[in-house]
Amino acid sequence: MPAVALPATADWLAALAGEPLPGRRQEDWRFTDLAPLQAVAPQLWAGPDPFAHVVLPAGVTRLDGAEIQALADPILHATGSATAWPVRLNQGASPHGLALRVSGAAGPLQLQLDAGDGPGLLALQLLLVLEEGASFELLVRHASRGANATSLVTLVQLGRGARLNLGVLAAGDARASLLSHLAISQAPASELQLTTAVGGWGLSRLEPRVCQLEGAAQTRLRALQLVDGQELADTHSQVSFGGPEGELDQLHKVVADGAGRSVFNGAVRVPRQAQQTNAAQLSRSLLLSERARVDTKPELEIVADDVKCAHGATVSRLQQNELFYLQSRGIAADQASKLLLRGYCEEVLRELPAAAAACHPLQLLLPERP
Amino acid sequence: MIRPDAPLLLEIRDLHARVEDQPILKGVNLTLRAGEIHAVMGRNGSGKSTLSKVLAGHPAYTVTAGSVTYRGADLLELDPEQRARIGLFLGFQYPVEIPGVSNLEFLRVATNARRAERGEEELDTFAFEDLVRERLKVVQMDPAFLERSVNEGFSGGEKKRNEILQMALLEPLVAILDETDSGLDIDALRIVAEGVSQLAGPDNATLLITHYQRLLDLITPDYVHVMAAGRILRTGGKELALELERTGYDWVDQELANLEATSEREPVEVA
Ligand SMILES: Nc1ncnc2c1ncn2[C@@H]1O[C@H](COP(=O)(O)OP(=O)(O)OP(=O)(O)O)[C@@H](O)[C@H]1O
Ligand SMILES: [Mg+2]
Repeated sequence: MPAVALPATADWLAALAGEPLPGRRQEDWRFTDLAPLQAVAPQLWAGPDPFAHVVLPAGVTRLDGAEIQALADPILHATGSATAWPVRLNQGASPHGLALRVSGAAGPLQLQLDAGDGPGLLALQLLLVLEEGASFELLVRHASRGANATSLVTLVQLGRGARLNLGVLAAGDARASLLSHLAISQAPASELQLTTAVGGWGLSRLEPRVCQLEGAAQTRLRALQLVDGQELADTHSQVSFGGPEGELDQLHKVVADGAGRSVFNGAVRVPRQAQQTNAAQLSRSLLLSERARVDTKPELEIVADDVKCAHGATVSRLQQNELFYLQSRGIAADQASKLLLRGYCEEVLRELPAAAAACHPLQLLLPERP
Repeated sequence: MIRPDAPLLLEIRDLHARVEDQPILKGVNLTLRAGEIHAVMGRNGSGKSTLSKVLAGHPAYTVTAGSVTYRGADLLELDPEQRARIGLFLGFQYPVEIPGVSNLEFLRVATNARRAERGEEELDTFAFEDLVRERLKVVQMDPAFLERSVNEGFSGGEKKRNEILQMALLEPLVAILDETDSGLDIDALRIVAEGVSQLAGPDNATLLITHYQRLLDLITPDYVHVMAAGRILRTGGKELALELERTGYDWVDQELANLEATSEREPVEVA
């Protein structure tokens, strides 16, 4: 359990964001108890800049200071991110920044953003600009071993025909918080694959926001969030189509154990100009305990009339017929449950960028429980 | 092959079972000795799959009366996994898809569970790959299926071959194959039938649940049983299946009616 909230931290965070902490009266934060965030010491994380020694692969260069603001603003605007509380907090907390331009077929990159056991708020900002036709694979790893908070704002601009495979692998600590806001703008013919895998955080809040500026792009979202103990994992995703013929394929998976709580809100916006959009959203939750709670809600705003939008949500326990099939082959019930659980997670984890395999995401997210 | 002195493998006596409050098996009697091949036929819904699942220990079914003895021990006492480890195998009518679980890993864990029970050492990934590649030949299956998730996206016929591959790896003493022939094309039927024949030997017994003579043309049964309304109504040799092919199941209603009439007069005694 998080310690008693220090009023000082709430005030401090509010001052950084220039706005009070979101509360339960705000629809977007209705289920999200920020107690773990408020239990963090009211100070900036004092460790070294995690971006300081990043070695860039071929095809990737740093953007210079003057360009950064000019590139960031339109992305924030397209996704409506500028007013999001986690973004405001991040901007107020003088984040460490990394701003990259990618051209051609660039090599893969991995970023380790480990808050360790240091106290306070670690604020980070990442800007990626993929030029026309560029392709890039990036794995962002978050970790923590203490009572701290990581705030990351990722801004991405995908040029025409660009392809990005972005993975977030975040195995946290029950005392730690993760606030990750991703604002991504896609030009036509670009392809985005975003795979997020988050588990073990006292509080995690992911806000992927994708805007297909003129439609005609492909967006593939894969997410896995795990909660156990008293943890809370919240994903509020938003995909909007600014023109016709855009595609979205979204799968959000949850494993809820202990007294954990999972929140998923998946907004899809298809305005009049986005005819022939093809969007599919599926949310699947696996409940492993009577005390765990899952709230899942699609939020489809469809104005265009010539579109395909499918959505579905399931909440289930381990499937009896699957368990029986494994048992009927001599596999003991507890081992069969483990296999099924791993298989359930693997469906998302196998889509992480290739570099993830080396860090054994299953073991990170599903440590052997006593 | 019928040998009256062959060891008893499975003995089902007056087995009754229900699902929720609905009785489905109403007194099944069946004895399997080593070396024998039995066929169970019968109309849709007569209880064939239920019998197979009760034997394998499916938790949805409750046994309300009767007994099942497997090599002298009470089978019904055991967990499903224990039944499998000691050599009972069920080839499912509808094999289950398990997304995300690799077929190869599944087969290895299952094979090792059976091996451990037999006092054999566990096979590591390399040793297992050798074994599985050899057994793949029994069903002429493409090794690419090992890399996929268990049954996920397999065609109907591919799932059935995967069942027989499991049988080939687990080397059961009693194999119950529930409609392993349905959904197979002509070549696949022959391949699967050859695989099953190859695995059937003097020390094990096979129970084929089927609707069609074409499987029994390829695997000659020693006994053919006709199931109806949750019991075995008639038992004969292979000619019984041929007769069914000609006459269908109309006679079953008459026989069932007779049975009901007798059972109203005196307690049931089905031999
Ligand atoms: N889990 C269950 N819940 C409800 N009813 C069931 C269940 N399992 C079996 N039954 C019912 O029991 C009866 C026997 O079913 P079973 O599957 O054993 O038939 P079968 O002989 O295998 O038929 P088929 O030839 O069509 O495969 C059917 O009426 C079926 O609906
Ligand atoms: Mg059946």
